[in-house]
Amino acid sequence: MELFTAKNVVKVYGTTRALSNVSISVQRGSIFGLLGPNGAGKTTLIRIINQITAPDSGEILLEGRRMKFSDIGRIGYLPEERGLYKKMKIGEQALYLAQLKGLSHSEALRNLKYWFEKFDIGAWWEKKVEELSKGMQQKVQFITTVVHKPQLLIFDEPFSGFDPINTNLLKQEILNLRDQGATIIFSTHNMSSVEELCDHIALINRSKKILDGPITEVKEQHKSNIFEISYRGNFDQVQRSLNHTYKILEHTESASGNTLRIQHLAGHPGNELIRGLLPVAEITSFHEVIPSMNDVFIKVVENYNAQSNKP
Amino acid sequence: MNKSFLILKREYLTRVTKKSFLVTTLLVPIFMGAIMIVPAWLATRDDKQERTIAVYDESSLFLDQLNQEGYTKYHFVEREKYLTLKENLAGSEYYALLYIPENIYTTSSAQLTSPKQIPFELTEQIERKLSQVIETDKRQKVISESGVPDLEAKLAATRTRVSVNTLKVTETGEEKKSSSMVAFGASYIMGFLIYFFVFMYGAMVMRSVMEEKKSRIVEVIISSVKPFQLMFGKIVGTALVGLTQVAIWIVLGGTIIGVLQGFMTPEATQEMGQNLMQSQPGIAQQTANVEPNQIAEVLEMIGNLNLPLILFSFVFYFLGGYLLYSSLMGAVGAAVDNEEDTQQLVFPVTFPLILSIILLFPIAKNPEGSIAFWASVIPFTSPVCMLARIPYGIPAWELLLSMFLLTLTTIGAIWVAARIYRTGILMYGKKVTLKELFKWLTYKS
Repeated sequence: MELFTAKNVVKVYGTTRALSNVSISVQRGSIFGLLGPNGAGKTTLIRIINQITAPDSGEILLEGRRMKFSDIGRIGYLPEERGLYKKMKIGEQALYLAQLKGLSHSEALRNLKYWFEKFDIGAWWEKKVEELSKGMQQKVQFITTVVHKPQLLIFDEPFSGFDPINTNLLKQEILNLRDQGATIIFSTHNMSSVEELCDHIALINRSKKILDGPITEVKEQHKSNIFEISYRGNFDQVQRSLNHTYKILEHTESASGNTLRIQHLAGHPGNELIRGLLPVAEITSFHEVIPSMNDVFIKVVENYNAQSNKP
Repeated sequence: MNKSFLILKREYLTRVTKKSFLVTTLLVPIFMGAIMIVPAWLATRDDKQERTIAVYDESSLFLDQLNQEGYTKYHFVEREKYLTLKENLAGSEYYALLYIPENIYTTSSAQLTSPKQIPFELTEQIERKLSQVIETDKRQKVISESGVPDLEAKLAATRTRVSVNTLKVTETGEEKKSSSMVAFGASYIMGFLIYFFVFMYGAMVMRSVMEEKKSRIVEVIISSVKPFQLMFGKIVGTALVGLTQVAIWIVLGGTIIGVLQGFMTPEATQEMGQNLMQSQPGIAQQTANVEPNQIAEVLEMIGNLNLPLILFSFVFYFLGGYLLYSSLMGAVGAAVDNEEDTQQLVFPVTFPLILSIILLFPIAKNPEGSIAFWASVIPFTSPVCMLARIPYGIPAWELLLSMFLLTLTTIGAIWVAARIYRTGILMYGKKVTLKELFKWLTYKS
């Protein structure tokens, strides 16, 4: 069931195309990774979802209906460029932002109490923002993003400026929110966190969506038939048993056993490779190397750019 | 609009609860008052230094005529003493040495020597005294030579002093006491106040926009409200701060005027006038014919200005001018990244405002001239310039035309500003040109 859909979104600034015909759809209760190099158009898309700017054409749907400005209260947005009023007290400020999202004063106070206790920062309530470290400010910003219990959460580079402990805490909270039914759009350059958190990704490059799908499928699609094999036996014999459709990428020998990275150029399944090796080596482990999101990102973007740069 | 109210409330409260608000609210009138009163007070302050002046009078005309005057004493000396004093005046008990030559009757010139810098007022006092003596002496001679009986008294009776009381005829034919001096003062002060407010609060809006952009909170906020609501709340909130300040001043000023008027019973005024004259012998002579209760009269003239119209226009032009300039300055604040870049954009925006303060003086002097007309009709200068004309009275059609144009322009300025604002607040690290700003006007919101 889709919570959010963008259909054929186009946005042009003067002569620059920020988005050309981008469509994405986000399943309810999932974490959706919005990826892409700097300047690809991610932030523009996020701003369109938040109704900060309007698309030149295309549709933005929430639960199948065209999104209205009043729907903004159902979204929580943590922008990449974020900050707080420096001279304002934390509590006052959090209350103000929560009320701007449509909560009543008492509701805002109750929800904020919960989060401040949860993050163990109740003592900061009367402090001014300028007295807090950057990491502390980020915690407050996270709270103000989720305080109105939004159905759709949008995080743009949420972990920048966090130390590893707080990053972990935040990841845990994001997963908790998802488990409680929130739908999350997550934009980052940090590919390892994409792999940890996302169910589905879309990759935007040069204003176009060039990749879209569940993360496991995307990785499957972009594997290059590389296998990693640990074995006991003679490397020469192994090498002789392999025909020209295999390419040895790497070979290491050690006392405990040898390791081999092989690419199958024709793209046959691994069983054939195992059959060929069985007579000459004792296989201790065999697995197909699945590319990391980082590899996929680089490969897809570079291929695309190389293609489109051709005259 | 509930969210605009939240924004407005925050803008208002954060400013009004600041210590600096209280300080400026109290200090500005004190400062303004000081600018007006201190020089006047200093000028009227008595010169209380006792001075003895040695006089060597070759003409022998002044022997009984130069007596003590105020704190200045005259001491006549002989030629020998004069010569020694001339050599060593600094060591003597005398402040200065006055030499009256024998032929002063024809040359009209004497000499005052002192080791110190002689104050202007003292020189003036001596000049006046000497002229008076010679004048009286000359007149006496003319009178006795002419042989006309009682000429002295007859001449004295010819002395006349006319004072022109200006009356202004209202449309109902009623005559009211008015004074061009009072109107001039009122128009100048009000023009200046509008300028001051528009500039001060416009800059406040600009700084507030820049602060939100710089601290990067703006994107969080406009994901909850429309940029226009944010700008609107900010501008109205700041305007309310300004009106609060004005209200405090009106209450304070009203109390002070009320208290003063309470003291201004005819007797008290008369007494005050006399005190004033006794303390200033020079002025006493000049103003001997002026009614003693002139202060009460000035208060009456202030009362005779069309106060409801002035107050209404003040609020109208304050709001109009403020909305016009603060929205544009808010747009400037949104378009730039840092304080340094504001200058080149602020200047074109505020130039008409500065021009209007330059025009204020000529307009207050000649409120019917063509400069006055155009400056008070063109919307960018009208808030200051029209207000300067209103105390003199103004044709209704001119006032309505000016108000209409100002309203129209303000709406236009807000439209332009809103478009620049919503694009500018999210634009970082780009030095903005005017061409770029025009492009922003065409972006779809």
